Amino acid sequence: MNAETKSTDAFEPKIVAFVCNWCTYLGADLAGTNRLEYPANIRILRLPCTGRVDFNLIVKAFEIGADAVLVSGCHPGDCHYTAGNFHARRRWDLFRELLDTVGIDLNRVYFSWISAAEGAKFQKLVTEIVDKTREMGPYEDYKKLVAES
Amino acid sequence: MAKIGVFTCWCGENIARNVDVDKVSEAIAKLPGVGCSMNYKYMCSEPGQSLIATKIRELGLTGVVVASCSPHMHLKTFRKTCELAGINPYLIEMANIREQCSWVHSDKEVATAKAIELIGMAVEKVRRNHALQPIRVPVTKRALVIGAGVAGIQAALDVASGGVEVVLVEREPSVGGKMAGLSETFPTLDCSQCILTPRMVEVGQHPNIKLMTYSEVEKVDGYVGNFKVTIRQKARYVDIAKCTGCGSCWNACPKKNKIPNSFDYNLGNRGAIYIPFPQAVPARPTIDPDNCMRLQSMKNGKELCGICAKKCQTNAINFHDEEKFVEVEVGAIIVATGYQLYSIKKEQENPRIKGYAEYGYGKYPDVVDSLQFERIISASGPTGGEPKRPSDGKTPKSVVFIQCVGSRDNAKGITYCSKICCMYTAKHTMLFKHKVHDGTASVFYMDIRSGGKMYDEFVRRAIEQDGAKYYRGRVSKIEQVMVDGERKYRCYGADTLKGTPVVVDADMVVLAGAIMPSSGVTQLAQKLSVGYNEYGFLSESHPKLRPVETNAAGVFVCGACQGPKDIPETVAQASAAAGKALIMLSQPELTREPEIATIDEKLCAACGACVKACPYQAISIEEIRDRKGNFIKKTSRVNPGLCMGCGTCVAVCPSKSADLIGFTDDQVYAQIESLADVF
Repeated sequence: MNAETKSTDAFEPKIVAFVCNWCTYLGADLAGTNRLEYPANIRILRLPCTGRVDFNLIVKAFEIGADAVLVSGCHPGDCHYTAGNFHARRRWDLFRELLDTVGIDLNRVYFSWISAAEGAKFQKLVTEIVDKTREMGPYEDYKKLVAES
Repeated sequence: MAKIGVFTCWCGENIARNVDVDKVSEAIAKLPGVGCSMNYKYMCSEPGQSLIATKIRELGLTGVVVASCSPHMHLKTFRKTCELAGINPYLIEMANIREQCSWVHSDKEVATAKAIELIGMAVEKVRRNHALQPIRVPVTKRALVIGAGVAGIQAALDVASGGVEVVLVEREPSVGGKMAGLSETFPTLDCSQCILTPRMVEVGQHPNIKLMTYSEVEKVDGYVGNFKVTIRQKARYVDIAKCTGCGSCWNACPKKNKIPNSFDYNLGNRGAIYIPFPQAVPARPTIDPDNCMRLQSMKNGKELCGICAKKCQTNAINFHDEEKFVEVEVGAIIVATGYQLYSIKKEQENPRIKGYAEYGYGKYPDVVDSLQFERIISASGPTGGEPKRPSDGKTPKSVVFIQCVGSRDNAKGITYCSKICCMYTAKHTMLFKHKVHDGTASVFYMDIRSGGKMYDEFVRRAIEQDGAKYYRGRVSKIEQVMVDGERKYRCYGADTLKGTPVVVDADMVVLAGAIMPSSGVTQLAQKLSVGYNEYGFLSESHPKLRPVETNAAGVFVCGACQGPKDIPETVAQASAAAGKALIMLSQPELTREPEIATIDEKLCAACGACVKACPYQAISIEEIRDRKGNFIKKTSRVNPGLCMGCGTCVAVCPSKSADLIGFTDDQVYAQIESLADVF
């Protein structure tokens, strides 16, 4: 095996997750309580609501070397703050275009709804994201993107 | 200069099994600004907390990180520890290395590395924490109780007896709820009316209770301790202050006994002016505008009938009554909106839930649901307690009871157990057998769930003393057949314990339909910002430790609106909710978490993006003027009483002048950046 394949083999995706305190964070806690194992590649950042997540936070995560970013909050209608997740969703449509315009690969950004009762969904989603990102490989293109701009 | 103490917990073996805690402490000790890094078996225990407190005092720590379980578990605990040790309770952060690390990653090396990173993030955050003071808000010493069934009645009486005013709102013309319509109650067979009606009278007379029947909550503004609730009083066409409840009007109504009475689930009849049942509180009538000839004729500019008004001695009837909106200020809200039965019929409003076409409910008159059967065997019911079947009024000799109609049936879309049907079905068989001695009661069940004091003994009595026949199996189909000129309902079932099919020709069938939350509860929940599950049952804050609180501060739940439950449990929960409300209302003032939005007024351009985005209308545009009153500029400003701290304004602010205390940009970016070295 040459050094290059070795480094690909050793690739461990690095995922940053912005989750809301009331639904997805508790969903992740529930996955723990139920001992639902998932890959350790995710670093959760607890925020009160996905409404708090702005575009720059996502970009920042890529800047420090994340290979994928997850934003996850409450289901529509379930927001602890009544409508924060609707704002997040509405903004998300804009974000997608913006991210696309600046050249960020949209396959590396995930948006989901996971309730406090959905530990199993959290486990499944994280596993999927890690698997997909592992397939895609490290997000080297971001560095190129920064170098070009 | 920062001096941060990091305390890593083993949580017995829960963390230490999969995370090398010594390695973690060593690695964290090397981080800049970390003044001490140690680990201990149980940080939340008394010695664990003392260890933290001692280090805070000894070393003069400026910030604390506890790496242990979820902050939802123990953040409050450790905040108190800090406070007792003499530093501001907001100078602590937790790193969740149990639920989100040791419990979900079995590779010790990987989990240890992740724990170190999670703690590193918390260290970077706490470095930027500020001392915060809780926000103090005044409290209105008055409570609102929504729903006046047994839960709402109990909660209202308890709060009122605690010396606090209560506004009790009920959408029906009378208090009493579902319980007022029940026959007798398990496991004692007390008559439901005998235990409930004295309580109903008490709420009607209590000096601290303002009863608002035939009313609904229209709008809820404000926040914990300071709610402003608009209540819509529907037009009753009777002035209940003038009315004496003499009954001349409803006895004279030409439509008397001609209109199906919803209180009897349409098995009995009432008039156009009516009281739903004789023990109603208030014992004042209501006019049903859809069926009143006078009110109908007025639409065409005529004045027909009006007999009730002529009979009324006190001039209480007002055909020109209109709905009114009343605003009340309350400090706490108790939701007790109860339940309804799943409708069983083939057609369902909710597309996710399917009906039972195979049982013929709604098509065969003698296939009834359990609440209808309660009226049929109730002494106050339309048949005076004589079991008579609806189609021809004959006494049924053979009755089939089917349990779990909807409940625990994934194929129909309801997964949960309705909890009370096993018990009331046993009661139904007993009451039926007590009234029809030569009758046969056959029960089809999936499992008998009779947990509770004297509950299993009660079911055994139904089977052993009263001879109810229990078949463990489902009924696949009910057919209407004629046997010797008699209308029968042929139930095709199974006895899975014997492994044989069972066919019973019944005179009547009673379906124990699943319990669902009352109609309209989700709309109410949205007005109150209370969460609910996929079926509409309201969400409590914590299933074990905060069972009657909700995540909307100052809003409490009790009874079947939170989940299926029986009367004893409902009453216990109602008293619990009342107790919690009283505790809150007994404080001279309330404190709220200070983690709310702020606006840098120097930077703000008053564009109004945050005003539009705020879900709480907590932000407004204000003018800044100098002392002489000269206009300087406009700015957004946050009302700290209304802001709940979601941070949506921060994300939408184009000038970055909005920030969220406790989750500031500074803190969040530092947390992300702490990962830069390891990524």
